[in-house]
Amino acid sequence: MMRELDFSAAINEALRQEMRRDQSVIIFGEDVGFFGGLFKCTDHLQKEFGEKRVRDTPISEGAIIGAAIGAALGGLRPVAEIQFIDFVGCNGAMDQIFNQMAKMRYMFGGTLKVPVVVRAPCGSRYPVASGAAQHSQSLEAWFIHVPGLKVVTPSTPYDAKGLLITAIRGDDPVMFIEHKLLYYVRRVPTLREKYPSMICHVPEEEYTIPFGQADVKREGKDATVIATMMMVHKAINAANQLAKEGINIEIIDLRTLVPLDKRTMINSVKKTGRAIVVSEDCKTGGVASEIASIIMEEAFDYLDAPIKRVSGLDVPIPYSPILEAVAVPQEQNIISIVRGIVGK
Amino acid sequence: MSDDFERLSKKTLVDLYTKMLKIRKFEEKTAELFAKGFIPGLVHLYIGEEAVAVGVCANLRNEDYVVSTHRGHGHSIAKGGDVKRMFAELLGKKTGYSKGRGGSMHMVIPEIGVMCSSGIVGAGIPIATGLGLAIDVKQTDQVVACFFGDGASNTGTFHEGINMAAAWKLPVIFVCENNLYAISVPFKKVALIKNVADRAVAYGIPGVVVDGMDVIAVYKAVKKAVKRAREGKGPTLIECKTYRFRGHYEGDPKKGATYRSEAEMSDWEKKCPIANFKTKLIEKSVLTESEAEDIIQKCIKEIEDAVEFAMESPYPSPEEILENLFV
Repeated sequence: MMRELDFSAAINEALRQEMRRDQSVIIFGEDVGFFGGLFKCTDHLQKEFGEKRVRDTPISEGAIIGAAIGAALGGLRPVAEIQFIDFVGCNGAMDQIFNQMAKMRYMFGGTLKVPVVVRAPCGSRYPVASGAAQHSQSLEAWFIHVPGLKVVTPSTPYDAKGLLITAIRGDDPVMFIEHKLLYYVRRVPTLREKYPSMICHVPEEEYTIPFGQADVKREGKDATVIATMMMVHKAINAANQLAKEGINIEIIDLRTLVPLDKRTMINSVKKTGRAIVVSEDCKTGGVASEIASIIMEEAFDYLDAPIKRVSGLDVPIPYSPILEAVAVPQEQNIISIVRGIVGK
Repeated sequence: MSDDFERLSKKTLVDLYTKMLKIRKFEEKTAELFAKGFIPGLVHLYIGEEAVAVGVCANLRNEDYVVSTHRGHGHSIAKGGDVKRMFAELLGKKTGYSKGRGGSMHMVIPEIGVMCSSGIVGAGIPIATGLGLAIDVKQTDQVVACFFGDGASNTGTFHEGINMAAAWKLPVIFVCENNLYAISVPFKKVALIKNVADRAVAYGIPGVVVDGMDVIAVYKAVKKAVKRAREGKGPTLIECKTYRFRGHYEGDPKKGATYRSEAEMSDWEKKCPIANFKTKLIEKSVLTESEAEDIIQKCIKEIEDAVEFAMESPYPSPEEILENLFV
């Protein structure tokens, strides 16, 4: 039987089930308690688990991550929320992430483990809401650059639940990045009409999805489109359009950036001979650049065309929807790039 | 110097003295090894500040936590660390506490509660708050001692970490080792407030200024704070006024006399926490001269043996480079 959940509800269910299963799981962050989180991912959790395990923090991002690290060292499994990923730059939070959390296990010779999950919403909310420059960024490339962090980038409610449970049960620090547009699907019917793949069946029971296993969203022979998070849904729409023109693309949803499922990606490119990497973050030094380099190193001989990146423009996210639509990749960008390299 | 010894047992007093001495001898040997080129990285020595770590840790149980700093050798020894494995870490050996991955600034010893040692000034403060949070959730009666310097008291994490610990009444003792300088910059030039401890008012917690050259004074102040923490009444900010007798790091020209006056340095050296405490112990007949000498000789022997262990220990092999990045 189909049991449809949206993204926030799937996150919420994963958190609730893990908190019921394991007393050491705690949640804290800004407005996560009484208010249930800005995007309702922690709704009703404080009511069920109490104020000791679900805490509203002061606006202190450095202390949120720092305290999560300390709590993990003290034997808990904290899930800390940074309200918008843009705020990892605030108040020393980034120091706690990349100088402390990421490095501790290694620099202390493997004597400690730091099982922290940091949940952080990213991305542009066009066409639902204009977040402008400081509430819309995609910063996942920052975290893949720092050894010691696992970086999870789910695209569907099903994946979000299974990957979050894996993150909480694992013993390594995880940046769990959630694309904000995925939260809005129930509230905004036009969004659901446009991206039907954003809601899906989510089993009620607990399940885990291993890190480092990409998901082939659609099989095809003409080109491989590699994407994460919201870009997966845009790629699916693009694929539907292209299919009408006789172009069949294969879509690989990476699901986790660290660890990275190179094999699925490379095997697909070897089959199709063409690769397009779609990523919402800014093009320069972005995720797509890294993926493209890996393909060049490991599948060059199989390529029939240059690898293409479809990425965000190198500008801050602008406020006006007319501009914001141009700043981040849209289906049309994917379609025209695919047409260009497939040459049909 | 506080001479209120009456209520402390001979064992406690001798332990305080022995621990301080062990730190001093460890650090003197470290300076020597560094000068001879055996230590590949930088070292920040604790010489002059021994009364702080020892006075604090004498109040702690094995399972209590310590959060340390870049100037952390003293904290580890005071909490009960093995000097063999500490020297091995300084030398980058596989037998070191961090298997040669951390060095001077990054030694942790989870089995005795030394849980974090960061080279980023101020970064340990919110981590200590988190350890306190774990204690609060698990409802044990452990406490956390969080060491940091006057420099750290001007970081944002000082504010965030202490405020959060205060708001949640977490069992953390925030110990500011105010040695008056953040590398070369005097505290009085970068803060208008006289005492770091005065900032406790802003968090609604007790703030205490104590003579950091007096191990008994530190011990007593921390005793109160630990009691308060164990009773669930929340954190205390304790500022220990102290001084480093060496430079910021080994190699700091003229032991820091470029930014500190010779007069100031020699005034503080007269306050040596170890020499003065030894005099008191002998005056008060807690120790005889020969007992004191015996302690010194034992200490020197332990340090010599530890260096030998470290010198003979193997280095990690290059094939191990990727080990322990993830669990």
